[in-house]
Amino acid sequence: MSALKLDKVGKRYGAVKVIEQLSLDIAAGEFVVFLGPSGCGKTSLLRMIAGLESVTAGRVLIGGQDVTALPPGQRQLAMVFQHYALYPHMTVRANLAFGLRNVGVPADEIARRIDEAARMLELAPLLDRRPEQLSGGQRQRVAIGRAVVKEPAVFLFDEPLSNLDAALRGRTRVELARLHQRLGATMVFVTHDQLEAMTLATRIVVMNGGAIEQIGTPAEVYRRPATRFVAGFIGTPAMNFVEVARTGDAAGQAVVMLPGGERLVTRVPAAALGESTSLGGGRLSLGVRPENLRLVGAHELSPAPALHGRVDLVEFLGERTIAHVRLADDSVIGVTVQGASPVRGERVGVAMDLDQAHLFDAQGRAFHAGPVDAAGLTERVAA
Amino acid sequence: MSALSPTLDAAMAAPARGVDTGLRRSRPAHALFVLPFVGLYAALVLWPLLQGFWISLHEHDLLSDEHHFIGLENFANLIDDEFFAQVLWNTLRFVMISVPVFVVVSLALALALNRPGRLGALLRGTFFAASVLSVTIVTLVWRLALMPERGLVSQLLAPLGLGEVGWLTSERLALPTVALVTVWWIIGLPMMLFLAALQQIPADVHEAAALDNASRWRTFTAVTLPALARTVALVAVIELIRECQVFPQIMLLTNGGPNNSSRPLAQFIYEQAFVQLSLGYATAASQVLFAIMLVGVSLQLWLERERKERA
Repeated sequence: MSALKLDKVGKRYGAVKVIEQLSLDIAAGEFVVFLGPSGCGKTSLLRMIAGLESVTAGRVLIGGQDVTALPPGQRQLAMVFQHYALYPHMTVRANLAFGLRNVGVPADEIARRIDEAARMLELAPLLDRRPEQLSGGQRQRVAIGRAVVKEPAVFLFDEPLSNLDAALRGRTRVELARLHQRLGATMVFVTHDQLEAMTLATRIVVMNGGAIEQIGTPAEVYRRPATRFVAGFIGTPAMNFVEVARTGDAAGQAVVMLPGGERLVTRVPAAALGESTSLGGGRLSLGVRPENLRLVGAHELSPAPALHGRVDLVEFLGERTIAHVRLADDSVIGVTVQGASPVRGERVGVAMDLDQAHLFDAQGRAFHAGPVDAAGLTERVAA
Repeated sequence: MSALSPTLDAAMAAPARGVDTGLRRSRPAHALFVLPFVGLYAALVLWPLLQGFWISLHEHDLLSDEHHFIGLENFANLIDDEFFAQVLWNTLRFVMISVPVFVVVSLALALALNRPGRLGALLRGTFFAASVLSVTIVTLVWRLALMPERGLVSQLLAPLGLGEVGWLTSERLALPTVALVTVWWIIGLPMMLFLAALQQIPADVHEAAALDNASRWRTFTAVTLPALARTVALVAVIELIRECQVFPQIMLLTNGGPNNSSRPLAQFIYEQAFVQLSLGYATAASQVLFAIMLVGVSLQLWLERERKERA
């Protein structure tokens, strides 16, 4: 039985559709992250699960029980808000106890749960202070503590890290991951920060325009993005897209023409593309991440460069360097530099790891090359 | 300064000498910026206050402008004056009736009308609109409405057998009736203060309470009301000051009657000064009014501070 199930859930404000017919199954113990740009409907969806906003269609089930019509307090949920939403005139202890008192938990049980949460989240020295006497990070821990003591069926997090500074955000992220491991609880987390999504999630739900673009593990959405939107949204620096035209097939694989006029035999099976490209008049996008490209001499033979261009800009990012290369059609792609940095204006060739090169049709649908090994990915994401 | 050691002196002077942009140093010329306000405040508030106290120590005839110093005799006379005791009691009664009603009713209105949409906006505007009316119009309207038998109020209450009640002509009812009219007239401002305070409460705190399974009443008492405590104190202080000085609506509705049962302190002061022409006695009475307001406001601010420290 799933811990949380959304059954054809929809939301509209008057004539404006925010979310249309969305279904999702979340198993017990999962850490699911709703990821998407501002306005994609991820926060609305979370608030609909919480009961803070009504659904205009479909059903919300928690632990198999239909809670669509239940008020927020009776859904066995706890939520951590973006701006903490602590009760300002209550002490930390009273903040934690408030929800438990409201449902008639006995005093000794309340004390036990508060002690346990305080130990876990290092809140003990703060219990008699008020929110105004706490730093941002401490307030966030109290907000998390307030959720933990309720021992809910599902934890909801609404961009809880966005108000913290970079260092604290990193630390709290690790604490949240630990908390999830320790409690083994079901968690739903909303963010627009892909790093948070990648590091915390067991599954990521990538949303755009009120609909789900892809549901998958971090490795899946990174390595086999289902759509061009997902491919472009996930990964920093972003995936490169090069406009190409399909010219034919070679040994069952699609052949495309690159901006410079060269032909490239991809590893994408031609059969999969089939009719799809004829819809777009043969126009496709070739998508490759910067780390799957490398600079080579313009006339190198092995590996032979697939693309040619001129170095526009070299960015030093610390653990790696990205060269921005301007191609024949004036588009610019980012290439990870291995070895000596090129100089600005230098003519270079760009070789491509064809196993990691994707094609996207005019509708944004993705076509992948070869099988994926998920093992190598975790390292790169963690870095 | 001689008590300070030379090194400490030097240390204190050092920052000013280090980076002297001239902006951080206090110069006599800076006083020019506050001078207009201080000048007006002194001329229009402080000086009349002192002048008033000085006059209250005199027997001062307004017509002839003759005056001679009599010390605290005016105050001694006030203590023995039964008429003064009655108007003082009337004023306190008026404050005790109207201030709590102001706080409770304006808070209730604000809670009811703190909602988006046209109806809310229309009602907010309607409740505030009466405050814009001048006291003459308000009292004219209410005198008509409160007329026994023919007035709107009497007609509405006739089925309950209250059609012939003399709201403004009964000794027991006149003052409470004027208090209710006053509430109706100027409830708009405290309501707006509460609305502003309600809108300062972040929505997510109420959402957190909803997720914490708090009932509406519990949310109100445990979340909303504590957030409004300062505004409750503010409204109480403002209304205390305003209602201690109640005068025009009483003058126009009952003229202090019947049998002085609704005559307030401010009317007493006015009549002593400009009808009886004894300015010294009138100013002595206004010193008492000033003292009452000062005590009342201090008491309220002290209570608020105590409450905060306890919590």
